[in-house]
Amino acid sequence: MSALLELHSVSVTLRNVAALDGVSLCVSPGEIVALLGPNGAGKTTLMRAATGAVRHEGRVALSGADPRMLSARQRALRVAYLPQRPQSIWPVSVESLVALGRYAHGAAPDRLSPRDQAAVDAAIEACSLTALRTRRMDEVSGGEKARAHLARALAQQAPLLMLDEPTAGLDPAQALGVAEILRKHAANGGGVLLSTHDIALAASAADRVLLLRQGRAIAEGAPIEALTPAALESAYGRTGALMRVGESYVAAFH
Amino acid sequence: MSLRISLALAALGIAALTAAVWLGPTPLADPFANDEATRTIVWDIRFPRALTAWIVGAALGLSGAALQGLLRNPLADSGVLGLSGFAALGAVVAFAFGVALLASLAALAFALIAAFAVTTLGWSARGPASLALIGVGISSLAGGLIALALNLAPNPGALADLVNWTLGSVEARSLNDALLAGAFLLAGGALIFFAARGLQALTLGEEAAAAIGADLPRTRLLVVLGAAACAGGATAVAGVIGFVGVAAPHLVRAFAGHDPARLLLPSALAGGAILVLADMAVRLLPTDTELKLGVAAALIGGPVFALIAARLASRGGDA
Repeated sequence: MSALLELHSVSVTLRNVAALDGVSLCVSPGEIVALLGPNGAGKTTLMRAATGAVRHEGRVALSGADPRMLSARQRALRVAYLPQRPQSIWPVSVESLVALGRYAHGAAPDRLSPRDQAAVDAAIEACSLTALRTRRMDEVSGGEKARAHLARALAQQAPLLMLDEPTAGLDPAQALGVAEILRKHAANGGGVLLSTHDIALAASAADRVLLLRQGRAIAEGAPIEALTPAALESAYGRTGALMRVGESYVAAFH
Repeated sequence: MSLRISLALAALGIAALTAAVWLGPTPLADPFANDEATRTIVWDIRFPRALTAWIVGAALGLSGAALQGLLRNPLADSGVLGLSGFAALGAVVAFAFGVALLASLAALAFALIAAFAVTTLGWSARGPASLALIGVGISSLAGGLIALALNLAPNPGALADLVNWTLGSVEARSLNDALLAGAFLLAGGALIFFAARGLQALTLGEEAAAAIGADLPRTRLLVVLGAAACAGGATAVAGVIGFVGVAAPHLVRAFAGHDPARLLLPSALAGGAILVLADMAVRLLPTDTELKLGVAAALIGGPVFALIAARLASRGGDA
């Protein structure tokens, strides 16, 4: 099966600074890949290059196609992208927000076909928002907002989910809930690319990690193999270690 | 829900139009009486005036709702953002240089310039206040340029009326004026209608709207053209009338919710009803010289605008 996302020697220059420098990455169906690295390492820039939102050198392919040659709608059918700090500018209901995920399928939040409605219902259920679906976005908590935005991305039903720090601001139980949702998406044949600062969560949830520093890839592979103390120190500038504890991982720095 | 609110607002508009035909400085026992005087008062004076007010109000309400959706900002409207000021400038330039026939086209062209400028400058404005400030700049520029046009005009004396006209009024407007503003409203409304889904998508902010598949350049172009047509037509016929575009969507949100697409039609209908009622009020006020509608709108709308802005600011500034 062909890759959902391929980056080959991709470089991005923002304001004369190399934000991404010759990075290659592949996300295949059934796979969860986590982007790790300190703030400013290039995680968000990589995602923006993947959607064609920033000018890049090198080759980017979304399900085989150059994202810059695709219309916004065609891109949205290939990748559901959740930006960092997602916004809900107008306080619409949780359900209306999730329904915006059906935009590329031709639906408006107040005119959903049975298929659109089923996708919205499934996304709302997957994110445990059933009880909140009629609540306004300004009446729900930060964690609930984050889940509503994740549900919007799920409702898009694109093969690739690309999430920029989806667990920021979530408590540990909610973060694990997100990881379970991502695993389910991968188990159903989808692919996931997420960025996170939660190294332990990435190690538990992801099949592979890509560790970035100053726009360059410094380690890639299965989490426990790639995230060696040397790689962590090189990325974060602190002595760190990833340890296995039962079914999950703990990351510690000092 | 949205349909029921639209029907209620349409009924309110019709009631307001009927009342505006009936009520006035000269009391009429029966506005549908078949004598010459009544016919003249009703069909040559009051009805065209009230209809013009409704169309101008609807155009301002619609352009306000569309601009608010596009710029993700509840303080946006064609008056605040300078579209009306620039449209007035266009009309003044046309009059001042003896091409009065082209006044409405000039108003449209100048409104377009302002719309492009303000949406380009304000596209990534952070928070409602910074966009309003960009609007202040553009409006002030329009004011300055109107003064300059009067300054340089070949026959400034004859232009005193024109300055008076820019204050905003629907007094003594004919059915032709109503038709002109109506044609601009229809054209602008059609353009904005095609942008409605894009406005909905912008609820998620610019980046996520693009991510769900919205064609943002198209949405932006449609709204800029549509809002400029609405504001240009309204201003060409009635001068500058501010704040209807802020007030109408603001009032409608309380009943119709916040979805920017579902606010468009109710905002237009509310704007129409508001302006007919406001015009009726200025006609019925026992003043020696009739208060200008634009002046009345500013007297009521200014404080309302300040209150909305203050409420937004107290919520942290970012709507």
